[in-house]
Amino acid sequence: MRISELFARKRKEGKPALVAYITAGDPSPARTADLVAALERGGVDLVELGVPFSDPVADGPVIQAASERALAAGTRLSIVLEIAEQVRRHSQMPLLLFSYLNPVMRYGVKALAHDAKQAGVDGVLLTDLTVEEADSTVKVLRKAGLDTVFLAAPTSTERRMKLVAQHSSGFVYLVSRTGVTGERDALSSSLDELIASLRKATDLPLAVGFGISTPQQAAAAGRIADGVVVGSAFVRIIEKHGGAKNLEKRLEDFARSLANALNGAPA
Amino acid sequence: MTGTKQKEPQAAAAQPGPGGHFGTFGGRFVPETLMAPLEALEEAYTEARQDPAFQMELDELLATYAGRPTALYFARRLSEKLGAKIYLKREDLLHTGAHKINNCLGQVLLARRMGKSRIIAETGAGQHGVATATVCALFGMQCVVYMGEEDMRRQRLNVFRMRLLGARVEGVAAGSRTLKDAISEAMRDWVTNVSNTHYLLGSALGAHPYPMMVRDFHRVIGVEARRQMLEREGRLPHTIYACVGGGSNAIGIFHAFLEDKDVRLVGIEAGGRGPNPGDHAARFSGGAPGVLHGAYSYLLQDDDGQVSLTHSVSAGLDYAMVGPEHALLQQQGRAEYTSIRDEEALEAARLLAHLEGIIPALESAHAVAEAIRRAPSAPDEVHLVNLSGRGDKDIDIYRENFVELDAQGSDYAH
Repeated sequence: MRISELFARKRKEGKPALVAYITAGDPSPARTADLVAALERGGVDLVELGVPFSDPVADGPVIQAASERALAAGTRLSIVLEIAEQVRRHSQMPLLLFSYLNPVMRYGVKALAHDAKQAGVDGVLLTDLTVEEADSTVKVLRKAGLDTVFLAAPTSTERRMKLVAQHSSGFVYLVSRTGVTGERDALSSSLDELIASLRKATDLPLAVGFGISTPQQAAAAGRIADGVVVGSAFVRIIEKHGGAKNLEKRLEDFARSLANALNGAPA
Repeated sequence: MTGTKQKEPQAAAAQPGPGGHFGTFGGRFVPETLMAPLEALEEAYTEARQDPAFQMELDELLATYAGRPTALYFARRLSEKLGAKIYLKREDLLHTGAHKINNCLGQVLLARRMGKSRIIAETGAGQHGVATATVCALFGMQCVVYMGEEDMRRQRLNVFRMRLLGARVEGVAAGSRTLKDAISEAMRDWVTNVSNTHYLLGSALGAHPYPMMVRDFHRVIGVEARRQMLEREGRLPHTIYACVGGGSNAIGIFHAFLEDKDVRLVGIEAGGRGPNPGDHAARFSGGAPGVLHGAYSYLLQDDDGQVSLTHSVSAGLDYAMVGPEHALLQQQGRAEYTSIRDEEALEAARLLAHLEGIIPALESAHAVAEAIRRAPSAPDEVHLVNLSGRGDKDIDIYRENFVELDAQGSDYAH
């Protein structure tokens, strides 16, 4: 279980994990494995590979546009799994498949569980799969040896936080604020409280995401969470410099700035 | 066959199963942030529907503001032409021009009850947007309506109406720039502003409790029609026709007749330009079950589970998913679903205008067209069409499609 091992190691080191989200296939499927390698060189501990979807209701404009580019470049779920396989040939970094439910349903949950495991994927997060609807899916994914990560939100009641924790393994992804994905000027002021109430519901590691885009924000979140997720800020670099040869270098440098900020911040 | 001694339909509407499931369809598939608000909405609605004061206030508004009950009209000349009895349920006579106001009045009262100050909505043809803007004006609520840019172009009159009513209309430039993208954008707004905002969803779509709640607010259509038909004909209709985009007017008229097993229920989807992917919005013939915008139901999608583009001359039917209760009715064989192409709908609208002096909404024209198609082969039967909206908003499109009318006087069907 690469994900649990990662968080256990990080906990021992007293440092929060750096989690990066990118949309697989943006700017092209052929390049994604190289981008993941660049992120790892820059100090990213876990990569969320986003499966592009035509109607990403939980995402802000940056990731919506990335989805459109990835789909236009011919990306599909089977290709995202091939990308994971390419990454796995050279790396032991944990990989989380991050998808809306419909592409996974269409592929078949059982087929996906099998193929994702074969490809070296470690876990799956399905944005619009609520815990109420999740039992059979969780069963199939866990049986294949995959972690199931669910979202907890600022609106989640105590009862819902418990349900989310019960269905999650590896870690729980805490949405830091109400809203869609995207960069924000400031961290949510209620994050401390939110983490405290989620900690009451679970011993699983907590990674915080949505709206974290700068080293300062990452460091602040990293002081109270076990992991910090940065997505849109990476995707924006890909959007701006997707055609450039030095895209990998830019991603690596930005990842390093985040990693340095996290490592300077005792957990 | 159905006779004169019909039992009244059950007072309480049939409820979906736990979690909002209609059979295997429906449910709740949304990001976690929206789950607590959906639960709160369900709770508030469950309380409200049991509160006589709520129902009284709604009934009063439906009667004095919206104009209920709507007429059941015997279409004499159309009946003569087709050789069968055709009745129209005149939802087009309601305030704002379509059935949509039924649901908007219900939900705005609910939003007030929940202490929300801001209303958001999506709209396709603009009818739901206009109805939402209207009830927001009525209650002094802030109102934002999301509308695809393509729909804003083809329904520009309704865009202006919404603005005149004090709403802000937000154009959506993503995807196909139609209803689907407007719903996505409304969901993004809701997830961001959930504390003070009610999402006034306009069709029997989306996550539980919306499909149930929207249906309940429209159920009055069928309850009235059933009573009126018994008064008028002394019997129930053989066949009921309703167009199905998300399916709110259809589920509204169908529901009171579900137990009347001899009454044929026909839902009409948009056949668009033809059966090729991207040319229509016929979910039952061209789609497969999937998840979009919170519900599991029939969905037009490709082999990778990406949602397909749709086309219909009628913006209100131009959507990739059908409401989950319709998916169940189709699976049970209780209702059947068919499609009508753009040109058939346009022709039906022209015929109704000439023979009855009623210009229907393009959506409703699909239901009229199916009745025109079927009635001649069932001459002894009674056909009931839910005329869900009027065609004022579609005059630009009719004009584009009937260019000869601008050039000369009509000699059609005198």
